Amino acid sequence: MDHRSELTDLERRLLDSYQQGLPLSPTPYADMAAALDVSEADVLAALQRLQEFGVISRVGPVFRTHAVGASTLAAMAVPEERLDEIAAIVNSFAAVNHNYEREHRFNLWFVATAASDAELAEVLEKIEQLTNIKVMPLPMLEDYHIDLGFNLQWT
Amino acid sequence: MDMKTAQTGFSRSEARVALGEIDLAVIGAIQGGLPLVPRPYAALAAQLGIDEAVLTERLTSLHESGVIKRMGLVVRHRELGYGANAMVVWDVPDGEVAELGRCLSKFEFVTLCYRRPRQGRDWPYNLFCMIHGQDREEVRGKVRQLVQCCGLEDIAHSVLFSRRRFKQRGAHYRNAAEREPVTP
Repeated sequence: MDHRSELTDLERRLLDSYQQGLPLSPTPYADMAAALDVSEADVLAALQRLQEFGVISRVGPVFRTHAVGASTLAAMAVPEERLDEIAAIVNSFAAVNHNYEREHRFNLWFVATAASDAELAEVLEKIEQLTNIKVMPLPMLEDYHIDLGFNLQWT
Repeated sequence: MDMKTAQTGFSRSEARVALGEIDLAVIGAIQGGLPLVPRPYAALAAQLGIDEAVLTERLTSLHESGVIKRMGLVVRHRELGYGANAMVVWDVPDGEVAELGRCLSKFEFVTLCYRRPRQGRDWPYNLFCMIHGQDREEVRGKVRQLVQCCGLEDIAHSVLFSRRRFKQRGAHYRNAAEREPVTP
């Protein structure tokens, strides 16, 4: 669902200015409000609305992959008629934070994150046992991208 | 799945930063996002039973050591009109992965770019990037641009457009093997 046309000027400015560099002061929202020349209540209401729309998943940190715990991208080749069922099983694990259908023989792609390698391996094994479908792990080996957030094109 | 391969793969990743108990507690408290209240760090600190100053000091340190890449609004592209998203995967000679990875990463429409292991005949691709666009034609145009600008004409690649999103949220590091009720 595209909410772009419903966004207010303040909501757009927040998206443009604060995908990174959230103030680490005791009152980050008041600081953002001062920088944008609006009230703290306006900023809080705008962030609340962005969250309700699902335009942002959260205000918070993005962790470097593998800096904390263990994680991997994984793929499964799922028969079309079982895709809903298998996706629901994969979703049911707390470890899984992303799960997408993609157009390929490998049609289910998810990211799993756990506190340790052993726990991560356990999650993938459980998914294989519950689904009877092989899980292909594709852990990150090297990251080439510097994450500065996403440059949104408003027009 | 070959667990031995997986284990090797996980541990070959970049060196992990040694984190203390307080760091892990702070990460656990903040991973779902900051509360939208005037003093969010104080609220999280109270929840953990530590001083606000200790919490912000730990967060600053996690940021400086690169554990936290950025702090801010984490956007969901589909809700902003970026309806097309493709994972583009390339089968690059091993010695050229880093150079090409850096080339792809220079484009602002590339939002992730990782080297990952090949998996035998099933999966020959070792360089992955993510591209978001308003529609598929735009994404295809961007892939052509990458091929041209990074000299990838002779490199086999595949474009995997996403269809349904079954789940998208921040990572949770604790109790990973537990199952939970799902809210889509």
